[in-house]
Amino acid sequence: MNLDAKLPQGPIEQAWDAHRKDIRVVNPTNKRRYNVIVVGTGLAGASAAATLSELGYNVQAFSFHDSPRRAHSIAAQGGINAAKNYQNDGDSVWRLFYDTVKGGDFRAREANVYRLAQVSVDIIDHCVAQGVPFARDYGGLLQNRSFGGALVSRTFYAQGQTGQQLLLGAYQALSKEIRSGGVTMHNRRELLDVVLIDGHAKGIVVRDLLTGKIERHAADAVVLATGGYGNVFFLSTNARASNVTATYRAYRRGAGFANPCFTQIHPTCVPVAGEHQSKLTLMSESLRNHGRVWVPLKPGDTRPPSKIPESERDYYLERIYPTFGNLVPRDVASRAAKRMVDEGRSVLPGGQAVYLDFAESIDRLGEAAIKDRYGNLFDMYERITGDSPYKTPMKIYPASHYTMGGLWVDYNLMTTIPGLYAIGEANFSDHGANRLGASALMQGLADGYFVLPYTIGDYLAQTKPGFDDTQHSAFADVEAEVHSRVERLLNTSGKRSATYFHRKLGLLIWKHCGMARNKEGLTEALEEIPKIREQFWAEVNVPGSAGDLNQALERAGRVADFIEFGEIMVRDALTREESCGGHFREEHKTPEGEALRDDENFQHGAVWEFTGDGNEPRRHREELDFKYVLPSQRSYK
Amino acid sequence: MKVTLRVWRQAGAGGSGSFKDYPVEVVPEMSFLEVLDVINDELVAKAEEPIAFEHDCREGICGSCGAMVNGRAHGPGDQSTLCQVHMRQFSDGDLIVVEPWRAEAFPVIKDLVVDRASLDRIIQAGGYISVRTGSAPDANALPIGKPLADLAFDYAACIGCGACVAACPNASASLFTAAKASQLNLLPQGQVERTSRAIALVETMDAEGFGSCTNHGECAAICPKGIPLKAIAQLNRDLVRARVVGSPSKDPS
Repeated sequence: MNLDAKLPQGPIEQAWDAHRKDIRVVNPTNKRRYNVIVVGTGLAGASAAATLSELGYNVQAFSFHDSPRRAHSIAAQGGINAAKNYQNDGDSVWRLFYDTVKGGDFRAREANVYRLAQVSVDIIDHCVAQGVPFARDYGGLLQNRSFGGALVSRTFYAQGQTGQQLLLGAYQALSKEIRSGGVTMHNRRELLDVVLIDGHAKGIVVRDLLTGKIERHAADAVVLATGGYGNVFFLSTNARASNVTATYRAYRRGAGFANPCFTQIHPTCVPVAGEHQSKLTLMSESLRNHGRVWVPLKPGDTRPPSKIPESERDYYLERIYPTFGNLVPRDVASRAAKRMVDEGRSVLPGGQAVYLDFAESIDRLGEAAIKDRYGNLFDMYERITGDSPYKTPMKIYPASHYTMGGLWVDYNLMTTIPGLYAIGEANFSDHGANRLGASALMQGLADGYFVLPYTIGDYLAQTKPGFDDTQHSAFADVEAEVHSRVERLLNTSGKRSATYFHRKLGLLIWKHCGMARNKEGLTEALEEIPKIREQFWAEVNVPGSAGDLNQALERAGRVADFIEFGEIMVRDALTREESCGGHFREEHKTPEGEALRDDENFQHGAVWEFTGDGNEPRRHREELDFKYVLPSQRSYK
Repeated sequence: MKVTLRVWRQAGAGGSGSFKDYPVEVVPEMSFLEVLDVINDELVAKAEEPIAFEHDCREGICGSCGAMVNGRAHGPGDQSTLCQVHMRQFSDGDLIVVEPWRAEAFPVIKDLVVDRASLDRIIQAGGYISVRTGSAPDANALPIGKPLADLAFDYAACIGCGACVAACPNASASLFTAAKASQLNLLPQGQVERTSRAIALVETMDAEGFGSCTNHGECAAICPKGIPLKAIAQLNRDLVRARVVGSPSKDPS
């Protein structure tokens, strides 16, 4: 497996400019002769499809939703980082770069992260020009707030609906290009496989979710913008349809899958309420700007929060991490919450939760000021729980939220399959072992608006344009495989829904490969997952037919892939004998209980290669070199 | 507690459908869609086809879900989507009638799933600001007063669920259309295309088979994001202005 990241040479500050000078460029009049497929229309996919079309390429965009605007980017609440330094608090491209590399616990590529910080400023300019209604002050200038892992205010936001507003901006740009004819939009199509010809990605096979028809689509390059795999845990903040199928199928066709064990457990989610729970809801990290996290000092204290005096409360984040306090990065905050609950100090009888308390901020700033900043989040919380955060502290607990792992990509965002690209959450490149808050939106839009549209030219310029031969035998072979998978699912005759197995898989992975992992548990999970897979095929039932809208069939296919993917994730966690960022191995921790990296043996990205069903996947390494931010023990004290 | 869901079942587009009753045991913490999940799991166990319904984020922002519940779009909540409705809003023994959105421009696809692509086509007609990636000035080069920015946000909050259409006696998409037109037409960045946008959006809305606005106000009353009715007044002003200043090709600059 070739893992040449094609990193630019020279000083990091000039690397991206130098790289753009060095890569090949497609002549403007030739661009219309190239067809590019973009799968997924979230922030990364919609922005990439729109920008590629503006440049002149013929774009075919695919979404499994009824409209591109439904993509899960829409649910991002808190904000988007950019090194604008509008607050004059000493921010810079360098500082955003530094914070992101450190926040990722030194498991991301320096050159990629530096480029991300550089283009962050262009994203804000572009989105404002699109009409994205970011928060503003009374002078009419843009507002910022603080997020975890940073000591400056660099997060731009639109109330608690920043993802929605940015996605609608990208969706509108996409709509403009659909109108112009540069983009052909295929809604309600689910990618079921990638087609390779002579080792190059030349198309995809999709299922029309309304008619069940299996379709072939050919192109000169394929871009996957299909998001993360956080739903492997079943309960997560991801939307219900978010799934791993596109990236997992690409992996089976030869794309390396990097760091699948790097998953982010977000510290502030509404806790699990009952056995029927179908998903978890995030409460934005921005709330930690004005909320204080605490548990009772004594284990087993069941008094209501108002009856617990100040002297008997433990504001544990402020106590343990005085410098960053409530704004420590997500992995640190999540593990601290788990430790408190493990000590018996949960604030949810029979369940798991800690308090996030706004009383002091409401006293200091007034209820109106808090309402202005977080009104919709408070309303959302009250709708779910029936409690008002203006009157009583929120109860929160960590939940699966984002996945840093993903398809391995080089500096051009190309996977190990020539002509196959992965952008946004679907790739692995920028966040290392832990993503900082408000950086997912930044990365999705950086990839889509400002990186991929240029770097894809390097490949296309070396490729003969206009490939459209869907009659090629490679398409027929892949389509036959897809058909047989669909048939196999429909021919099951058990008594259980796919959701049953999804929940079972999720509980197992949450237990052994969630916030804390150890060798024994991971080994057990690796033995259990194949049993779940066997039980799935023996006992699942998928009613209905293939030639129709069949949501049970859609779900069953996704769950089947999650089960297979779960094995790689656990295997990755088992072989990474260190703790870093969101990957916490209980065997490797400092005396204070913090993550303990092993830079000597694990300063690399682990890249998994598919070697056939029934065979163990092969683990490759991409060594990471830190020239600018020297690895140190991450400290937020 | 025990409730009965009376759900519209329809095998496919163009066919006929009918109501079917599903008695189900629930607990107050369950969300409305989780009750449909439970019914569907039971149907699958009996090898029957589950109820098709759209949903995704289950936190009120993606705009996928929606149904008429006891005749009210998105059910009994105040400014909430169907996924945000919980069983504590119902009582033991309730009969709950669940139907898809009913509008000519939203043909039923199956059960509770309707085709809302007409809303996308309205946006494609001009619900954007034509700015190419890479051509923007510095974001703070153009200050926008907070009251104006806040109002633009209020209009921009639309999730495209289609409840406004379903609630309107005329099945008009005026609130949806006006929310996007008004957001962009209020902002200084949107001025260049203000006239052409107003005309194109309204013409497309009419062509898609949505009805006209006759000021019932049901749309704003039901909107899960509280989009104010004055968005429609704003769009109407822009339309009048368009008639005065001329056709899109003569856009003032």
